[in-house]
Amino acid sequence: MYHVVKKRLLATGIALLDVNAPAVAAKVEPGQFVIVRVDEQSERIPLTVMDFDREKGTITIVVQDVGYSSAIITGMNEGDAFQDFVGPLGVESEIENYGTVVCIGGGLGIAPIHPIARALKDAGNHVISVLGARSADLLILEDEMAAASSEVVIATNDGSKGVKGFVTDGLAQVLAQGHQVKAIWAIGPMIMMKAVVDYTRSLGIKTIVSMNPIMVDGTGMCGACRISVGNETKFACVDGPEFDGHLVDFDLAMKRLAFYKDEENRAKARLECNHEGGHH
Amino acid sequence: MAENVESTKKIKIPRHEMPCQEPEVRARNFEEVALGYTEETAVEEAKRCLQCKNPKCVSGCPVEVLIPEFIKKVAEGDFQEAGNVLKIKNSLPAVCGRVCPQENQCESKCILGIKGESVAIGRLERFAADFGMKTGKSEYEKPAPSGKRVAIIGAGPAGLACAGDLAKAGHAVTVLEALHVAGGVLMYGIPQFRLPKEIVQTEIENLKTMGVEILTNQVVGKITSVDELMENGYDAVFIGTGAGLPYFMDIPGENLNGVYSANEFLTRTNLMKGYKFPDYATPVKVGKNVAVLGAGNVAMDSARTALRLGAENVYIIYRRSRDEMPARKEELEHAEEEGIQFRLLTNPVAIEGDERGWVKSLTCLRYELGEPDASGRRAPIAIKGSEFDIPMDTVVVAIGQGPNPLVTTSTPGLELNKRGNIVADPETLMTSKPGVFAGGDIVTGAATVILAMGAGKKAAAGIDQYLKGK
Repeated sequence: MYHVVKKRLLATGIALLDVNAPAVAAKVEPGQFVIVRVDEQSERIPLTVMDFDREKGTITIVVQDVGYSSAIITGMNEGDAFQDFVGPLGVESEIENYGTVVCIGGGLGIAPIHPIARALKDAGNHVISVLGARSADLLILEDEMAAASSEVVIATNDGSKGVKGFVTDGLAQVLAQGHQVKAIWAIGPMIMMKAVVDYTRSLGIKTIVSMNPIMVDGTGMCGACRISVGNETKFACVDGPEFDGHLVDFDLAMKRLAFYKDEENRAKARLECNHEGGHH
Repeated sequence: MAENVESTKKIKIPRHEMPCQEPEVRARNFEEVALGYTEETAVEEAKRCLQCKNPKCVSGCPVEVLIPEFIKKVAEGDFQEAGNVLKIKNSLPAVCGRVCPQENQCESKCILGIKGESVAIGRLERFAADFGMKTGKSEYEKPAPSGKRVAIIGAGPAGLACAGDLAKAGHAVTVLEALHVAGGVLMYGIPQFRLPKEIVQTEIENLKTMGVEILTNQVVGKITSVDELMENGYDAVFIGTGAGLPYFMDIPGENLNGVYSANEFLTRTNLMKGYKFPDYATPVKVGKNVAVLGAGNVAMDSARTALRLGAENVYIIYRRSRDEMPARKEELEHAEEEGIQFRLLTNPVAIEGDERGWVKSLTCLRYELGEPDASGRRAPIAIKGSEFDIPMDTVVVAIGQGPNPLVTTSTPGLELNKRGNIVADPETLMTSKPGVFAGGDIVTGAATVILAMGAGKKAAAGIDQYLKGK
């Protein structure tokens, strides 16, 4: 069993959990992910790592309540345990000294961009982080990102903090300042990553995205997570999750995310129904 | 003389049928199809065995089960002892009694089969193993510890068989499994209606009582490596990671919603119990019309699973004819009885989708068989202009699997063949790295459960020899 040793609510419906998993913590690198299963009847859910502490033997994950399983996980408390916690999975980020780089995190995507930004900064890069949220109260991990970056730019859709607009508006502001940006990492909802790569394609700036398709095993044995990159089929769990964003077929990836929409709604409705009926 | 008269009589007794659920009932549930022999039928069938002095059946069994000996015990009504005799050579008899292609193995060598019907060795093995399981007694003498440690990567049939034999030889065995349960294809691949998962887990529990340590959630290649295991005090390593990398057809439309690899489809249904959604949280979805591409056992399992999940029409699409279908005859017959439809000499060239990215239809070509090639197989040849569409909601690709590269690519110095399979010495199963052994599908490519178990046992013997010489 893998116990939750610390829990912190970052915003409404967004929880940060430190999970005791020493063997995973000993090996994990920025860009990698874990697969968790709460109990016997649960599904396997991929979660990108937000932080790790090799000495304490913990992995930090950040989860947003968006469906049946994520609602259960965000409801977990200190002392609760995951039955299964598998990792590290996927290929680590290519960290080297590029010069000036931009790390873009949108919504929950700020969590997985965090270890990448920190590693890039440790490698000597000038790291400008662009953080996006719908509004100021949904913006997470601002202090952690400030510590992991050289500069931070914030964009909110409603303008309640920083630049009003999207992360692409934040990025435009950075580029307008004349930085010689060598590479960009962008993690967030697929629609956001697509907007970023559409924007950077014409500028010719290398842009790496972290794909978040549906996964089952996370070890390359099923192909549920397949995506098209440069017209070639890749398995995001073993070939990625990071890819050259300019080569990713985002339209296909977004359609594939909807594969189980009906079932997801059914499961979520059932959970809500159970809560109201007081069965839980 | 008296013996001969008895033999002649026995040849004339047909082998006893095993009761099954009725096709129209079973096609809509996940309960086991074959119900197993009763005690009376088992004794009657066991009495047909001639108890050959030089039994050919044993040579047909990849793990050399003591067949006449266990059948004799069944005939005498000593079912518990029959189960114990089975376990001497086979760590998973309840599994093998169900999924082995006995018609090509032990039963194909049975002397009764020459003029009549062979003894139903598989059914008897299943009966005796199930009996032993029910009584829960496992007589087992702990061997003297050798002081040697062996790590086994992969808890599928090869790894488990290897673990069982090494434990019997007194070695400390740790099995590292990437998934959250042990069993490999027995858990994720073969459906509940052919092999109940409770039975697999009970047999694995037996291995644990023999001292085999099984660690799940361990993705070797990521959390640790073969070299690290050797550095951390393991005296030998066995790689039994199987053939878990799904092949796709490489035709347009394969990434549409509604297209699964058989591995994904079966994993969702079997391992994650998607057939019990929403009680179990993993969804699995089939439409009205389901195409399964391929004609091996995995294809039959996928087709029969789709039917049980509620599909109205399930098609097996295969470019050769019935005679070339690689699936077991019994599985083919079961599939046919349940209403699976066969579209033979047919091969898809594209999957068409709708604007939302969902499968809509399958475009196929008709084929004919040409002259036999060098290997004696008649090559399928596409008929020009024979293109046609079949409306389809779901497509399951079951055209085979390759070796998963997670372990091999993280192990420098491991010799692989051009298909990515590990090269191992045919006698000892040692790889190009001293102390590292490999067996099962990762060496041979996708084969059968029992061949993998045979390889696991062979490797255990090789490892034991190696450790003795150390």
